[in-house]
Amino acid sequence: MKLTDMTAVELGRAIRERKATAMEAVEAVFSVIEEREAQLHCFVTLDREGALRRAKEVQKQIDAGKLSGPLAGVPAGIKDNLCTGGMRTTCASRILENFVPCYTAEAVERLEQAGAVLIGKTNMDEFAMGSTSETSAFGPVKNPWNPAHVPGGSSGGSAAAVAAGECFMALGSDTGGSVRQPASFCGVVGMKPTYGTVSRYGLIAYASSLDQVGTLCRDVTDTAALLEVIASHDTKDSTSIPRRDTDFTASLQDDVAGMKIGIPRDYFTDGLAPEVRRHVLAAAQALREQGADVEEFDLSLVEYAVPAYYTIASAEASSNLERFDGIKYGYRAGDCQELHEMYKKTRSEGFGEEVKRRIMLGSFVLSSGYYDAYYLKALRVKALIRQAFDAAFAKYDVILGPVAPTTAPLLGESLQDPIRMYLGDIYTIAVNLAGLPAISLPCGLDGEGLPVGLQLIGDCFEEKKLLRTAFTYEKARGMFGNCREVK
Amino acid sequence: MGKQYETVIGLEVHVELATKTKIFCGCSTAFGGAPNTHTCPVCMGMPGSLPVLNGKVLEYAVMVGLAANCEITRYCKFDRKNYFYPDNPQNYQISQLYLPICRDGYVEIETQDGMKRIGIHEIHMEEDAGKLIHDEWEDCTLVDYNRSGVPLIEIVSEPDMRNAQEVIAFLEKLRLLIRYLGASDCKLQEGSMRADVNLSVREAGAQTFGTRTEMKNLNSFKAIQRAIEGERERQIDLLEAGEKVMQETRRWDDAKGCSHAMRSKEDAQDYRYFPDPDLTPIRISEAWLSERRAALPEFRTEKMERFRREYKIPDYDIQIITESRHMADLFEETAAICKEPKKVSNWLMGEMLRLLKEEEKEPEDSGISPAHLAALIMMKEKGEINGTAAKEVFEAMFHTDVDPLLYVEEKGLRLAADTDALQKVLRQVLADNPGSVEDYRGGKEKALGFLVGQTMKVMKGKANPGDVNRMLRELLQR
Repeated sequence: MKLTDMTAVELGRAIRERKATAMEAVEAVFSVIEEREAQLHCFVTLDREGALRRAKEVQKQIDAGKLSGPLAGVPAGIKDNLCTGGMRTTCASRILENFVPCYTAEAVERLEQAGAVLIGKTNMDEFAMGSTSETSAFGPVKNPWNPAHVPGGSSGGSAAAVAAGECFMALGSDTGGSVRQPASFCGVVGMKPTYGTVSRYGLIAYASSLDQVGTLCRDVTDTAALLEVIASHDTKDSTSIPRRDTDFTASLQDDVAGMKIGIPRDYFTDGLAPEVRRHVLAAAQALREQGADVEEFDLSLVEYAVPAYYTIASAEASSNLERFDGIKYGYRAGDCQELHEMYKKTRSEGFGEEVKRRIMLGSFVLSSGYYDAYYLKALRVKALIRQAFDAAFAKYDVILGPVAPTTAPLLGESLQDPIRMYLGDIYTIAVNLAGLPAISLPCGLDGEGLPVGLQLIGDCFEEKKLLRTAFTYEKARGMFGNCREVK
Repeated sequence: MGKQYETVIGLEVHVELATKTKIFCGCSTAFGGAPNTHTCPVCMGMPGSLPVLNGKVLEYAVMVGLAANCEITRYCKFDRKNYFYPDNPQNYQISQLYLPICRDGYVEIETQDGMKRIGIHEIHMEEDAGKLIHDEWEDCTLVDYNRSGVPLIEIVSEPDMRNAQEVIAFLEKLRLLIRYLGASDCKLQEGSMRADVNLSVREAGAQTFGTRTEMKNLNSFKAIQRAIEGERERQIDLLEAGEKVMQETRRWDDAKGCSHAMRSKEDAQDYRYFPDPDLTPIRISEAWLSERRAALPEFRTEKMERFRREYKIPDYDIQIITESRHMADLFEETAAICKEPKKVSNWLMGEMLRLLKEEEKEPEDSGISPAHLAALIMMKEKGEINGTAAKEVFEAMFHTDVDPLLYVEEKGLRLAADTDALQKVLRQVLADNPGSVEDYRGGKEKALGFLVGQTMKVMKGKANPGDVNRMLRELLQR
C-alpha cells in the first residue's frame, strides 16, 4: 500500500510498527504537493524543511517510546486562522500577510504534543468569510475532484489538501458550516464538535459565539482520533467547557440498532438539488437497514437561520476585526498624514471585498437605533432555533440531512451573487447558532463526478452518537472513490 | 439679573482596583516597569487571544457595591465598547453597559444641613487602556501597554450634588469605603482614582435640568473644587448673556484655571456596544454573595461607635484614627498588647501623623507593627528610655519596622538603671558635694534636686531620673 493511500490512523500504526517513518510520510505528502499544489493552491504557507526537522524529532521520540499516540508522525495541515508561533498566520488576508504570531493556538499545541507533523498553513476564505475559498487574498483553492469547481469554504484549503493527499488530516474552523461544507464538496469527513469542546485560544476570531475548531479527515476513524487529541478544557478560553467524555475513539462501533434518526422535511424543499436529495435519502435508507429507526419530522424555523446568522456573525466580526489597524502588527498603509487616515487606508487596502461587506453589515446592525431591531432580534431567533432543536432531540438521537443544497459550484459562480452564496449555508448554519456537534461525510457522487455530503447533527455533547452513526454508515457504504489520482 | 442659580452635579468616578494581576490576563498590575514588559498576547490584543475574568475583580466590585448599598446584579455581562484609538489594543474596551454589576445604591455624606444621601446609579467593571507617549525628538508616538487591562470600576452617581463641598465629601466617603475594603488606594494624584464631573445649572426652584457638560482631567480635590466653581460661573455667564450651554466634554487646565471644549455631543461616537461573546455571563449565587457580605469589614461609622464604647480616648482622636482602617487596626492591635489605649492614640496622633504628613504617605505605607509599637510604649512607660529617644525609635520603626529593643541597645539609648556604674557615680557626686549632703540631712529637700541634677550631668542624661532620685535617698539615709 502506498503511504499516501493510507488514512492518518493507518499511517500512524505503520510508523509505530516500523513499516514507515515520519520522514517518509513528510516526503510522501510533499511529492503529492509538488505534483498538485500549483493547480490546487491548498496552502498559503508550506514548510518542507521545518516539517522534515520536526519529523526527525518525532521519530526519535517514537523510537524512544516517548510518543505512542495514534497520530504520532502523521503530517497535518492547519487552517491559516489558527496561530502558529514562529510560522506566518495570515487568515488569507493582505492585512496579515506578514504576521508571525508570538504564540501557538491551543488546538495546534495539542496536536503537536500528540506527535503530528505540521507541514503548512492551509488556504481559506479571507478571515473565514466565504463559502467557496475564493475570497482568499492569495488566490482561490480549486476542487481536487475537478479544478473548475470550488472546494467549498471557508476551510477549503484544509478539505482539498486532505482530499488530494497533500496531507493526512487537517484542522479547520466552522462558524456557519466552514468545515462541513468543504468536506462535503471535497468528499472527506468534516466534523464540528459542540461549541466549547475545542479551545478557541489562538483561533483568530470571525464570530466568537459561533466559531469552533473542527477536523477534516479521510474517514470517521481518523476524525475520532483527531478530535480526541484537540478536545480539551482550556482555562485560557472562558467559553471552553470541561468534559470527561472526549474519548471519542471509544465510540467507533458498527451499530445503530435502535438509534432514532429524524429527517427534517424542511431540509428537503425545492432549493435542494435532486441528486443531493437522492444520495442523502439513500444514506438514510442504508442506516435504516442497519437497524436505525428513521422517520421524517418538521424542524421549523429553517428559513430564519440564514438572516439570523449573518446578523450575529457580521456584528461580532465587525468588532473582532477592529484590532487590525496597522498599529501593532500586520499591514500598514504608507504615506499617511494622520491617525484616522492611516486607519482608513490600512483597512481599505488590507481587507478584501467580502470582509468589508460583513464589517459594514455588522457595524450597521450594532449601531444605535438599529441594535434592537437587528442584533437583539437575531439573538431571539437564535434562542428559538435552539428550542426547536431541543424539541427535536427530545425525540431523536441524530438528525440527518444534506450539508449543502448542491455539489461544488463552478469557480466564480458564487461571488457574483453573495445572497445566493449565503443561502447555500442554510443546512449548516443552524447547527452553529445552537452550538451543536455535526459531521459531514461523503455519501455519493453526482452526475459530474462531484461528491455529495451527508450531514448528521447531534445534541450538545453527543459527539459519540454522531461518530457511531457515521462509522456505521461508512462501513455500510463501503469504500468511497478518491481524487488522489490526477484525472 | 439677580437670578439665583442652582448647580446640579453628578460624578463618574474611575477607581483602579488593587489586584495583583490584570482583569483579563495574568500580567502584573505593578506601576512602572519598562514599557511593554507587563504584557502578553491578551492585553496586547494579539489575534486569537481571549480574555478570562480575574475573580478578584468581581469580588472587589461587589464589595464596593455592598458598601455603597447597591443592588448586586445576579446575572451580569461584559459588553464591548467599540472605538478606534491606539492605546486600546483591540480597538474595543471590555466594559459593562447593559447589565452592570451594581445598581441603585447610595452613600451618606455630612453637609452643613446634616446627613445627605447621594445616589449611586451604577458601578461597572472595565479594563484600563495603555498609554501613548509622544517622542518629540523622533516626532513619533509610542504605545506602552503595561496599563492596558488594569482593572477599573466606574462608579456613576446620580445628579444629587449641589456644590463642590458635597462633591468632595462624596469622593472622600467613597475613598474611605474603598480603602477600608482594601479594593484600591484611591490616590487622585497617581490616577488610581479619577473623577469626571457632570455639571449643569438651573434657576433655583426649576424642576428640569439644564444642559450639562462633562469635565475631565481633574487630578486633585483642589482642582475639582476650582473646576466646579469655574464651570458654574461659565454656564451662568452664558445663560445671563442669553446664550445656550452646549452639551460637550471639556478639559480642565488647572494651571490656567480654565477649561476648553474637547468634543461636542455631535461628535459623540456610536460605540456600538454589544455583549462580549468571549466572556460568559456571570451568575452570582446567594451563597457567594452572603460570603462577600460576611467578609465586609467594620466600616468607619460602626468602628467609631465601638471605639467610643471600648476605649477612653478623646472623640477627636477616634475621628482621626478611624479615617484609615490601617491606622484603626494598628491602634487596636497595639492597645491590646500594651493595654495603654491613650498612649497608643497619642503616638498615632502625634508622631505618626507628623511623619505621614511630612513624607506625604498613607498609613499603610508605614511598616510599623503593633508588637513593636507596643514594645516601644512599654519601654517608655517603664522609663527605660527618655522622650527624645522614644521619638527617634518611632521614626526608625515608621520607616523599617525595626525591633525597638534591638534598636535601643544598638544605639545605646537605654537609660542606666540601678547598676554598679550608677552607684559609683552617685557616691562620687555625694563625695564632691558635702555641702549639699549636709543641707539635705539638715532638712532641706531642695538640695536633693541639685544632687540629682549633678548626677544626670555626669550620666549625660542617660539615667532614669526616678531611679537616681530613689537611690540618692537611700544613700543619704545611711
